[in-house]
Amino acid sequence: MNPAPSATNQNPERRTPNGEPLLRVERLTTVFDTRRGAVAAVDDVSFDVRAGETLGLVGESGSGKSVTALSIMRLVQPPGRIAGGRLLFQGRDLLTLDDRQMQSIRGAEISLIFQEPMTALNPVFRIGDQIGETLVVHRRATRREARGKAIELLRSVRIPNPESRVMDYPHQLSGGMQQRVMIALALACQPSLVIADEPTTALDVTIQAEILDLLREMKAALGLALLLITHDLGVVAETADRVAVMYAGRIVETGPVRDIFRGPAHPYTRGLLASIPGGRPGERLRAIEGTVPMLGDLPPGCAFTPRCPDRFDRCPTAPPPDYPIGPEQAAKCYLHDPQSPRRQFPTNQPSAISSQRYGSR
Amino acid sequence: MALVEISHLVKRFTRDAGWFRAGVTVAAVDDISFAIDEGETFGLVGESGSGKTTTGRCMLRLVEPTAGEVRFRGDNVLAFTRSRMRQARRDMQIVFQDPYSSLNPRMRARQIVEEPLIIHRIGRRAERRARVAELFDLVGLNPAHLERYPHEFSGGQRQRIGLARALALNPSFLILDEPVSALDVSVQAQVVNLLMDLQQRLRLTYLFIAHDLRLVEHICNRVAVMYLGKIVEVGPTASLFAAPQHPYTKALLSAIPIPDPDAPRQRIVLDAALIDRGAALKEIAAGHWAAI
Repeated sequence: MNPAPSATNQNPERRTPNGEPLLRVERLTTVFDTRRGAVAAVDDVSFDVRAGETLGLVGESGSGKSVTALSIMRLVQPPGRIAGGRLLFQGRDLLTLDDRQMQSIRGAEISLIFQEPMTALNPVFRIGDQIGETLVVHRRATRREARGKAIELLRSVRIPNPESRVMDYPHQLSGGMQQRVMIALALACQPSLVIADEPTTALDVTIQAEILDLLREMKAALGLALLLITHDLGVVAETADRVAVMYAGRIVETGPVRDIFRGPAHPYTRGLLASIPGGRPGERLRAIEGTVPMLGDLPPGCAFTPRCPDRFDRCPTAPPPDYPIGPEQAAKCYLHDPQSPRRQFPTNQPSAISSQRYGSR
Repeated sequence: MALVEISHLVKRFTRDAGWFRAGVTVAAVDDISFAIDEGETFGLVGESGSGKTTTGRCMLRLVEPTAGEVRFRGDNVLAFTRSRMRQARRDMQIVFQDPYSSLNPRMRARQIVEEPLIIHRIGRRAERRARVAELFDLVGLNPAHLERYPHEFSGGQRQRIGLARALALNPSFLILDEPVSALDVSVQAQVVNLLMDLQQRLRLTYLFIAHDLRLVEHICNRVAVMYLGKIVEVGPTASLFAAPQHPYTKALLSAIPIPDPDAPRQRIVLDAALIDRGAALKEIAAGHWAAI
């Protein structure tokens, strides 16, 4: 790839001191105040993002993955609020910063890429000015420097004719090009962490592949860490180093991507992998029964209990803690409690994942 | 014999010239032909804007095609009078992508499913009620929820309501326009299984419009790939997925994210220069045609 312009003054292998993760989310709880009391959209969530890695945060709509992203940026709007926990970014707790300090981190140290570039970009400003604004605000660049930097950034995300495109308004670009602009915007101040919330969901599959390639390349060139939020297990398999699986506001399983796909330990993770179309054409899919529970009306104990093929009497008693599965893998499931009477997996293994390569012979 | 036959279908959309702009004509569907056999699931894939949804709507005359023919059991649907078309729609139904916007929020689930029976003056009140309860059961909805409003159902349940409504008149042909893409991942497989079950039990023929290629590969007998309003490749699913011929199909299939971290990956980037827009479909294997 073209060397990204912002890589020049940057050590590509950014490390935080003494092996600490870049971001440590500790017992984060974000609630929404409703007439029926506070409902936890994010419930006691802990995970690390290490410098330079891609963590895939997987979940369905309503699982709390987007609220987690907004919480890290401290952009949760009322009636939502962060009710507890710590967000240690490079050793500093973001929740203790005042608004000005947080402002200087947002967009500069941590930036966010949204699902719908058309709604995230301001329709009445030229894209060059929108990128430039970030630089003027965070880097005290002059307007003229900002314009030159914007062109450089557009070139680095491979937008053709950046010198003229910089004058375009968002609606003049296709969805894929808009998402490239969003990426350029997110990278403008050389953040060490980029949060991408379903960055390719609104795009066609060929454009999705290009955007994922671009994210991977930019990540490698700039040494940044990526928190990739998605519901698509294919995207996770292709992009992430480690995976955290969310269900009903809680993280139910974490581990290296290979371990999660080869040996999923939580029944929800196994169910998701097993329901991917594959196997013999026309065969019934292995669906997870039931529906995603409503927040505020969660079943007691493990929220997956009513849908779980492996449930037993202990499941509804209390939310399970993390049980280690391997050196880096953990699952919140009583099946993995060494003291549990039912330790082995009684049910199906995930279906044979089709690993054939399409489109070539 | 083919149940549905499309020949030389064209749909142009025209934007009239205004004070500050010239008029534009776009061929959303540009001279396409295909046939769907009775009992099969025929997949239609392509990027957004390639014309696949417009094709489906033209077949039911929800939008009027500009030219071409749509034959259903041998009769040209496009020549039907209004009343004859109304009759024909009993046999051809559509299920839309978004169960959140396609159901009237002010109607109860029972009314939504019953409405086609009323419009087509079928049965007395009690008979219609019985039919609605039967349809609820057929699509796996709890008949105790008949009097609920759409917002009281989850996405997957709403799509079942849409399906019950589409099945109310006993159609033989269903157009499924992205029927599961708006649903939660863990619920998609349930609805896909339901669609496969219903097809067997009711001997339905499906036109399955989708962008999830893994799903298309799993449930479709044959697939047509649309690109900029034209069909660039069509064939039996196995043959087309194993040996795609058109540059766009190759790029599309190579872009599917594979849910396996160790799968070998080889991305084929679409080179527009490789596409010969004027090329006619040629048969390159049994039933497998490509415009190369």
